[in-house]
Amino acid sequence: MAYRLRDKSGRGHNEKSKAVKDNRPVNLDIGTIKLPITAYASILHRISGIAIFVGMAVLLCLLDSSLESAESFNTVKTTLADNFLLKLIVWLVLCGFIYHTCAGVKHLIMDLGIGETLEGGKKGATIVFAVSPVLMLLAGIWIW
Amino acid sequence: MVTQVTSFGRSGLSDWLLQRFTAVILLAYFVFIVGFMICNPAMSFDTWKGLFDTTWMAAFTSLTLFAVVAHAWIGLWSVSTDYMTTRTMGDKATVIRMTFQATYSLILFYYLVWGFKILWS
Repeated sequence: MAYRLRDKSGRGHNEKSKAVKDNRPVNLDIGTIKLPITAYASILHRISGIAIFVGMAVLLCLLDSSLESAESFNTVKTTLADNFLLKLIVWLVLCGFIYHTCAGVKHLIMDLGIGETLEGGKKGATIVFAVSPVLMLLAGIWIW
Repeated sequence: MVTQVTSFGRSGLSDWLLQRFTAVILLAYFVFIVGFMICNPAMSFDTWKGLFDTTWMAAFTSLTLFAVVAHAWIGLWSVSTDYMTTRTMGDKATVIRMTFQATYSLILFYYLVWGFKILWS
């Protein structure tokens, strides 16, 4: 019985119809294609999202210590003022936030119907790539 | 079907809307916290603790924690269902994707409990 079930879903007629639905050949080898600026904007949006997901642990740690007691608050404050590694980590998480926020706001603006054309999309991505490094630099100045 | 059953709202439209709605909450919280820090450059423990002790800030932070869970779930789900597919990984794709999804949902649940613990203790 088990064999027959497997046989039914794995081979023969059913596999054919399944193959049409799920396993159509994909003629898109992303590695060989020159990606447009909008694709880089999108991929970075995803990467920065994953980075923030990981960075959340650091931010919750800092929030935890900063609210626990006056002593631990001061420890966080002095460590953030002196420790290069912590500064760098916080800055990197902030950079993730900044890029993700810029790209996200671009999405929301496009959802309002602004810049939904191919040209508009390219322009939006260019603006995100122009604005976010400036904000990242300002964040760096703020931290250091 | 195996991909859809692990989405946050069980519907693409619902996930789409939730992603935007939570994004606005997260944006507001991010701008507020950074703004508060810039406005208080020599922040004292009392100012900082006082902020988080207010009811409205507890509500704002709780809302943000829920928004993080939903927003990250929908985002990571989109990424995992795009790249962890049979085409990219073969037969093991479903197992790998489900494991990844179980892991991030557990981490997000942990963040939620951790955040509430920080807030209410």
